[in-house]
Amino acid sequence: MNAPAPDLAYIRQRAHAMRRHVLRMAEIVGQGYVGQGLDITDLLAVLFCGELRFDPADPKWPDRDRFVLSTGHYAIGLYAALAETGVIPLAELDTYGADGSRLEMSAPETTPGVEMTGGSLGHGLTQSVGMALGLRLDGKSARVFNLLSDGECQEGSTWEAAMAGAHHRLDRLFAFIDCNNQQADGPPARIMGIEPLDKKWEAFGWHTQRVNGNDPAALLAALATAKATPGCPHAIVLDTLMGRGVPLFEQREKNHFIRVSPDEWSIARRQLEEAAP
Amino acid sequence: MSTPRGVTGNILTSATEGAANTVNAPFGHALVRAAEKNPRIVGLTADLGKYTDIHVFAEKFPTRFFQMGMAEQSLVGCACGLARTGFVPFATTYAVFATRRAYDFIAIGAALGRANVKIIAGLPGLITGYGGTHQGIEDLALMRSVPNLTVIDPCDATEVAQATTAIAEHDGPVYMRLLRGQVPVVLDEKTYRFEIGRARLLLDGADVAIISTGLMTGRALDAARDLAAANIRAAVLHVSTLKPFDADAVASLLARVPRVVTAENHVVTGGLGSAVADCAVANGLPVRLRKVGIPDCFCESGSLPFLARHYKMTAPDIAAAAHDILK
Repeated sequence: MNAPAPDLAYIRQRAHAMRRHVLRMAEIVGQGYVGQGLDITDLLAVLFCGELRFDPADPKWPDRDRFVLSTGHYAIGLYAALAETGVIPLAELDTYGADGSRLEMSAPETTPGVEMTGGSLGHGLTQSVGMALGLRLDGKSARVFNLLSDGECQEGSTWEAAMAGAHHRLDRLFAFIDCNNQQADGPPARIMGIEPLDKKWEAFGWHTQRVNGNDPAALLAALATAKATPGCPHAIVLDTLMGRGVPLFEQREKNHFIRVSPDEWSIARRQLEEAAP
Repeated sequence: MSTPRGVTGNILTSATEGAANTVNAPFGHALVRAAEKNPRIVGLTADLGKYTDIHVFAEKFPTRFFQMGMAEQSLVGCACGLARTGFVPFATTYAVFATRRAYDFIAIGAALGRANVKIIAGLPGLITGYGGTHQGIEDLALMRSVPNLTVIDPCDATEVAQATTAIAEHDGPVYMRLLRGQVPVVLDEKTYRFEIGRARLLLDGADVAIISTGLMTGRALDAARDLAAANIRAAVLHVSTLKPFDADAVASLLARVPRVVTAENHVVTGGLGSAVADCAVANGLPVRLRKVGIPDCFCESGSLPFLARHYKMTAPDIAAAAHDILK
């Protein structure tokens, strides 16, 4: 039921496998949130391949840790993690975004392993607070891990929930803020400045760290520190690189929603394998 | 000397102040009774505990009550999270704040996935004199259009209590308007049975049909008595569940009594009157219909009797509409 203890080489291999899944899904639809899928796989590998307590055969196991995807469009990354850990079949990834598929472009809660319907940004942390309150009231040790984005910190509800998490001292609540510096209309600094995010979370009463979100070792260390700090919720601000692992996508200027020409996929796959751990 | 003028009272001044028979905090006490039976029931509010009667629950079950502060998106989102861990959350605030500030959280967080969340909405319609900011005049139209949501507008203390019990046992998202404080009794608790989705014929009559919801049902019954004195027999159909709408009950009444007055504590666009009109058209019923309710405007501040008269929401206004339609 529990994944093996965290081992850096192991996590890097699983993250690489997840990146392959991301490219596999993206190539079928020819476009999409490839950049986000690739930038977040290091965190997903750390969480799904060692940290999260869950049962792939029973995604609704009441004692499971919750992974709450607020940024519904990161579904491509979550599906990669769910397939890699056996919650959904690998072959199903080929239906990503297809009519009638349960692997919708923005993750719906009807899909196994998806705790809530994200996508309308600013919901995830509010529901995560409720889940953490509920689990604590039930005397369960299960934890709640919420993934949100830098742009999402422009939503007022994120800060309403941040207040509530600190006020209710939810120390089994973890928020990961993916700062890939790219929202729909461009970089946050140009759209609506939100930095310094780490200082903001800290001021809201969260135990806060800021790390390189594409460095599994840094992620593991930050998680260990967070877990050893009781009495308040935990924010881990992640600086990540859109398209991480595929230089072709890393270097795209507008990479919130990538359009890829058919001949580029073989380049992308080759670049990914050149960086294999 | 000029006539003494009414003044805007306390924000919670009851619309039916002076009623002989009232029950105190029927929602709060019914919730406590439900929670004694079901340990999964929890309560939340956004800084309006005593203003929504949920303080009764909070005093009885302090560990099952969560204060969320003045943050309605967080209130509803958090309730959804609690529902997803198997609890039955009752979240209270005012109708204006629930529907205007947290609409997306009700629609996507609660309704889309059928989370077992109960939104309890205070100060519906013209039950407060505090003007456009506090009068929830269009909430039913908003909530009625959200898929999967059950929408209830109870008429008195009896129904508030029974509906609270019913929605606690119902699995799914609910939006319920709240009457709080000293709430008048209109319906006899010994004979009345609230059921989600069922309209109740409180009075039968062949001349005119009054179809009402919420606190307007008490005024509809008063109007029917006035009409009876003028030899006009009015039926009163009380539709406390706006969604799912009891189209069968409404259509069968309209087929018998095609002259109809609707009465709602809500704007006349998108609420009960609109639902009745839709029902008539869908069933090919040729009816004459007058809607009593708030016109298409934000209302002024003022004393409640003044507001009811000014916006033609009184029992005599309902009776006048009936006379008008019978001309």
